[in-house]
Amino acid sequence: MTAFPLTDSTPPTLTPDELSRYSRHLLLPEIGLDGQNALRRSRVLLIGAGGLGSPAALYLAAAGVGTLGLVDFDTVDLSNLQRQVLHGTRDVGRHKLASARDRIADINPGVLVESFPVRLSAGNALQILAGFDVVIDGTDNFATRYLVNDACVLLGLPNVYGSIFRFDGQASVFAAPHGPCYRCLYRQPPPAGMVPSCAEGGVLGVLPGLVGTIQATEAIKLLTGAGTTLIGRLLLVDALHWRQRVVQVARDPQCPACGTREIRDLAESIAHCETATTGDVDAALAAVPAIDPTALRDRWAAGHDIRLLDVREPHEWAIARIDGAQLIPLGELDRRLDELPRDRDIVVHCKMGGRSAEAVRRLRAAGFRNVTNLTGGILRWSREVDPTVPTY
Amino acid sequence: MPTINLPSVLTPFADGHHTVAATGQTVGEALDDLARRYPSLAPRLRDERGAPYPFVTIYLNDEDIRLLRGFETRVEPDDDVSVVPAVAGG
Repeated sequence: MTAFPLTDSTPPTLTPDELSRYSRHLLLPEIGLDGQNALRRSRVLLIGAGGLGSPAALYLAAAGVGTLGLVDFDTVDLSNLQRQVLHGTRDVGRHKLASARDRIADINPGVLVESFPVRLSAGNALQILAGFDVVIDGTDNFATRYLVNDACVLLGLPNVYGSIFRFDGQASVFAAPHGPCYRCLYRQPPPAGMVPSCAEGGVLGVLPGLVGTIQATEAIKLLTGAGTTLIGRLLLVDALHWRQRVVQVARDPQCPACGTREIRDLAESIAHCETATTGDVDAALAAVPAIDPTALRDRWAAGHDIRLLDVREPHEWAIARIDGAQLIPLGELDRRLDELPRDRDIVVHCKMGGRSAEAVRRLRAAGFRNVTNLTGGILRWSREVDPTVPTY
Repeated sequence: MPTINLPSVLTPFADGHHTVAATGQTVGEALDDLARRYPSLAPRLRDERGAPYPFVTIYLNDEDIRLLRGFETRVEPDDDVSVVPAVAGG
């Protein structure tokens, strides 16, 4: 387990250029020469070089962190650029880590970048995380978040957490000595499909900038010993109405990761994400009947009478729609059931298939028998059936 | 009446409202009132038996209600109840 702040007996070794580069830090009594040296000795691992990882990487590189590890398996997509400021237009199609390495080298050539162009898994997480001082969780899915948390608990590494959705952000520091971990806050992830992703629900581009810089701030405070970190506290930000709140997070003695220590390896970490809870969640987890876009096209072409229900929001409908579809946003579905035929087949779609799966469950619970989900939503319809339908 | 704060992920199930004034003497009663007014929100707050989900944390002002008296925790008219479900975007 790393002792913070990072200190050793090494005398100050900043070069004249470094003294100039970091002079605004050196003027802060809370950081100063000792803090800057601690940053230079530090090894920070960023999991995800996307929305949260971008500002975190930029500011940690500028701040003079000695080694930045980056884990990401993805390539830069045009739809990333609205928020992932580590990458530029000319990087579209490149591997994110190649793009990140170039950008970081430009900001601060003194930073050593270690690239891990893989998907973090139970098989590789401990090996990748070991040897770093601080881990920053900038992932975009629950499975990896629990994996990161449990690996940090097992290795005794602080997990600087950030998470975003639409206009809301969360940030904290988990798995620090004597502090709570992510499982103390949320013992298990929600069932698949219950919480939409940013790809489905959208996110304000600035928001990961806000939350990712909070994560970078917390990492710098941990490494230098400056100030008071978010250990034991959760910062909640609503950027739309500018409401913020810092709430308590207590260590849970029954937490299977940091409390009872039932999770002794990452295979058990995964098992503890899959535990079924209540009937309601079981119902939400249940797979729903589905149809592929090409199969729907063929059935329509063969003359089948099928109602296509679109459960996206009106602003998404304005961007792209499938001819002949009927729009009822998911949030209005329960009170508009009488607008749907009970004697016809209904196929439900959304952007990618998550919200429509929820709609299928609700319709079947309401007595509609012949309801199926369009696999992959309008994005897959555009890809496989009608490329004139715009993607977003 | 206590105010219930809802995050972006839940507002589509409450007619777009981020805050709702709810009646009730306890956190549970305030959530009952919210669920009555927005039935599609109900299964996202608690399970069908009324038990808390492991992926939704509820705060009375700044305190986790699990550290108080859970849904039995008393609320005052000027209290804030915040529903904070897990989100994973990054």
